[in-house]
Amino acid sequence: MMFLSLAIWVPILAGVLVLALGGDRRAPLQRQVALAGSILGFLVTIPLYAKFELGSAGMQFVELAPWIESFNINYHLGVDGISVLFILLNSFITVTVVIAGWTVIESRVGQYLAAFLILSGLLNGVFAALDAVLFYVFFEATLIPMFIIIGIWGGPNRVYAAVKFFLYTLFGSLLMLVALLYLYNSSGGSFSILDWYKLPLSLTAQVLLFFGMLFAFAVKVPMWPVHTWLPDAHTEAPTGGSVVLAAILLKLGAYGFVRFTLPILPDASRELAWLMIALSLIAVAYIGLVALVQTDMKRLIAYSSISHMGFVTLGFFIFNAYGVEGALVQSISHGFVSAALFFCVGVLYDRMHTRMISDYGGVVNTMPRFAALMMLFAMANSGLPATSGFVGEFMVIMGAMRANFWLAFVAATTLVWGAAYTLWMYKRVMFGAVANGHVAVLKDLNGREIAVLGSLAVAVLFMGVYPLPFTEVMHASVSELLRHVAASKL
Amino acid sequence: MKALYLIIPLAPLVGALVAGLFGRAVGRAGAHWATILSVAISFAASCVVFADVLNGNSFNGNLYTWVTVGGEAGSTALSIGFQIDRLSALMMVVVTFVSLMVHVYTIGYMADDPGYQRFFAYISLFTFSMLMLVMANNFLQLFFGWEAVGLVSYLLIGFWYTRESAIYANLKAFLVNRVGDFGFILGIALVLANFGTLDYQEVFSKAPALSSAGAMTLICILLFVGAMGKSAQFPLHVWLPDSMEGPTPISALIHAATMVTAGIFMVARMSPLYELSATARSVVLVIGAITALFMALVALTQYDIKRVVAYSTLSQLGYMTAALGASAYSAGMFHLVTHAFFKALLFLAAGSVIIALHHEQDMRRMGGLRKYMPITYWTMVIGAISSAGIPGFAGFFSKDAMIEALKESHTPGALFGYLCLVSCVFVTATYTFRMLFMAFHGAPRFDASHPPHESPAVVTVPLVLLAIPSVVAGYYVGPVVFGDFFGGALPRAEGEFHGVVAYMLHGLMSLPFWLALAGIATAWMLYLKKPDLAKRVAKAFGPLYALVERKYGFDELYSWLFAGGARSVGKGFWRGGDQTVIDGLMVNGSARVVGWFSGVIRLVQSGLVNQYAVAMLIGVLILTFWFWHK
Repeated sequence: MMFLSLAIWVPILAGVLVLALGGDRRAPLQRQVALAGSILGFLVTIPLYAKFELGSAGMQFVELAPWIESFNINYHLGVDGISVLFILLNSFITVTVVIAGWTVIESRVGQYLAAFLILSGLLNGVFAALDAVLFYVFFEATLIPMFIIIGIWGGPNRVYAAVKFFLYTLFGSLLMLVALLYLYNSSGGSFSILDWYKLPLSLTAQVLLFFGMLFAFAVKVPMWPVHTWLPDAHTEAPTGGSVVLAAILLKLGAYGFVRFTLPILPDASRELAWLMIALSLIAVAYIGLVALVQTDMKRLIAYSSISHMGFVTLGFFIFNAYGVEGALVQSISHGFVSAALFFCVGVLYDRMHTRMISDYGGVVNTMPRFAALMMLFAMANSGLPATSGFVGEFMVIMGAMRANFWLAFVAATTLVWGAAYTLWMYKRVMFGAVANGHVAVLKDLNGREIAVLGSLAVAVLFMGVYPLPFTEVMHASVSELLRHVAASKL
Repeated sequence: MKALYLIIPLAPLVGALVAGLFGRAVGRAGAHWATILSVAISFAASCVVFADVLNGNSFNGNLYTWVTVGGEAGSTALSIGFQIDRLSALMMVVVTFVSLMVHVYTIGYMADDPGYQRFFAYISLFTFSMLMLVMANNFLQLFFGWEAVGLVSYLLIGFWYTRESAIYANLKAFLVNRVGDFGFILGIALVLANFGTLDYQEVFSKAPALSSAGAMTLICILLFVGAMGKSAQFPLHVWLPDSMEGPTPISALIHAATMVTAGIFMVARMSPLYELSATARSVVLVIGAITALFMALVALTQYDIKRVVAYSTLSQLGYMTAALGASAYSAGMFHLVTHAFFKALLFLAAGSVIIALHHEQDMRRMGGLRKYMPITYWTMVIGAISSAGIPGFAGFFSKDAMIEALKESHTPGALFGYLCLVSCVFVTATYTFRMLFMAFHGAPRFDASHPPHESPAVVTVPLVLLAIPSVVAGYYVGPVVFGDFFGGALPRAEGEFHGVVAYMLHGLMSLPFWLALAGIATAWMLYLKKPDLAKRVAKAFGPLYALVERKYGFDELYSWLFAGGARSVGKGFWRGGDQTVIDGLMVNGSARVVGWFSGVIRLVQSGLVNQYAVAMLIGVLILTFWFWHK
């Protein structure tokens, strides 16, 4: 079975079908088709995990067909222990986004849903592609639906945010394209990523390529100091857009580092690890403090995302199993937790039409169920044990300590920052006496909202209590990756 | 027996889930029955396990593999598992017993509260977390329990979430604890980096071979930073007095008897590591001694009855910590147990007073309650005598054992610790009896139109049941402190023991007993005999008294330095770094540069033919000149 092709094309075709159904008069049908498409899209990814061979470090579920033969470009798909979980995460999040947008989006419903379905397929394509051009096409194509989602269904300042998002990321990717073409030439005409793993390269070439790719991936993650597009994009995006942006799109950058930078440019990676570590630690501490003083909930969670993603890049560049596996776990967990937090803000925004912390207060009095669920996600965001948020942070801190005491020291400060900005926000929004008349008439969660937040809560708790199924699939591939990083290519 | 080990923590978890998730369906009675029953099962099972452990059995095994981490040398596994020995079994019995008493007491104390089911869910969840903490056989699970009890503490301090002071206190408690956990997790990471495992027994067996003494000292101190947060040791003590914003039952259970002693338990558990570093022990001892004396002094100046008991708790935790630093682990653990009983008793008795007076906590509006609430009064007398350390009562035995240990200890700083602890005996007796006299003796100062009456049986029965061990627990001092009660779990204490009677006689002739008597006499003098004298004394000490009364100004300092400082730095990074430099200068700046550049270029693209013609002419001239010149 071509499970990877299904994972890519089922959501895309479902999206096209939703578009073909026409305008808003057919909205109810479009919603049902979109839901069915997203669920089907998730179901076809389950075999990728169920049939995954644990001991093998190689690519699995490989599909290979010529695409543009004159340039030796192939439709080459496959997943290993590093990429497979991202596909499942993405397909799962898509279902929740479709459900969450059910009644909230009132205009151009079909186009909204189609954008997310198509985006979902494209994202799966990025994680499955083993051909550099195919990867690049998917990588760039994801910009279009997201640009549209922010630009059409976004907030008042959406055009500035959308253009900023687009230009930032496009500029980065163009540099990456140059790097990919260079690799194509020096490998004697191959776009196969796996071939490039074996390609000897001089240190100068590696360093130049490193910076070429760095910008593309660093913008996506985003790493300090190329992170300022994210708070703007998040605040202006509709809830679903923020969710996919935080849960999946940011992971493209992280994924790029482990798929391209580390194995193809091991010597440059080792040489420049200090730089990456420094930028990551700045993200953890500096951004943690910036998050503390935010007045807009979405902006606060956006900064929190950057800070948490700092753990991911930190984990990759300390070159040990605790670090790399911890970073991957953190990526997955952040997918659940940040998605859940943006949904939570969405729940409040749909009712009150404001994101400002100061407009709230005492929400727990009128929305106790919501308060309980959001408490769980706030704690997960603070990295409390038995939630998924703890697992990755813990493993990366353990890995950092193996590298150097002071790395672990700075990284571990997140225990304080994370709790401070998350719980302080929670206190001001949820606790206290009912702050105003709007809060007094709030209605607690409806069935759909409970379904979305409840399923994320189950994921967050399961991953926190029993993360073994998540790391088990990674071992072989991560060991292989670490072997590549350790071996010189000079 | 293994099934029993599982039932002990899981029963309260089930109780918590029933009360928490189905609170509306099962109703108030359903919630309290479900949780009380589950904790009772847990207590009974703990007693069986305790008896089994006393027969010489023990257990150490993993429950399931939490995570595996790959790597060149194969994967390493981090597991969840139990270590059941004398140390953990003792803690299990204490935790489940106090928890059961508090559960029952809560029926009376929270009777009118709309959050009744939620409260029971929280305290059962706490019991589960605390049990997982003490039963752990590895650092990972220890940290799990450690953070989980912190979470429940946070939820319970902020239980009355509409009160501004409560939600301030719970955030403060969580964050101060997080500062401690920051050190704790670094300590755990150092353990893993040095020994490649987080399993207690493996770590303990590898620890003596660790080449660098500095590394061991660092590990021990970092772990102790965690204990300083959880057990509220100076200078991370600031959260505990504010935690009194929570309902009284949890002040007794969490912030006196069990959770705050987790740090003490942890250091005792890690005694094989602390025995390898005299420097770390010295730090522990000095911090404990400072906490004991200086927090006791604050108790003298407080009027809120719960805060007096809270500062008393801080001081007693300091005693235990100092004892640990002097390598007197068994004495510290023994005091942990006796303190759990008499302090829970004092808190619950204080709570009984508070409900009788319709949530009045200020001792200046109490007085003369002894006639109205005889059971509460007499049980509190027992608690107070035990706390003051009068021979015959539990607190005496454990406190005397610790003070003697400090006297004999060779840990650097032991003399300082000894002086602090001995002088603190006087202070302890004074503030305890000050509280007793102000609340129960003298003229009534409460609103006479609503005379208080004795609390219902659900409140007084737990008081009586706690008063019993507050007396008799001390008589086990021989085997627990000087015998080999703890087996291999703790290093055996030095010192001779010639029976309980000889021990008490020796106590009657030593300094601490006379200091305690002097303290009681002072309290009697100042607060019963000549009540205006207390104010004159306070005035005489002037600024010194004000400093102590304001808790040495730590709250103000921290909120200015850390809370304010972090916000200012964050604002600076945001406005200055993100908005001005990165966005303003680099991002929008480069957009402006592009805009300016294209603006310049646009001047050339004017669309006027004569301008183009002039430009062409100039170009041709330059080219001609250049070629000709060449």
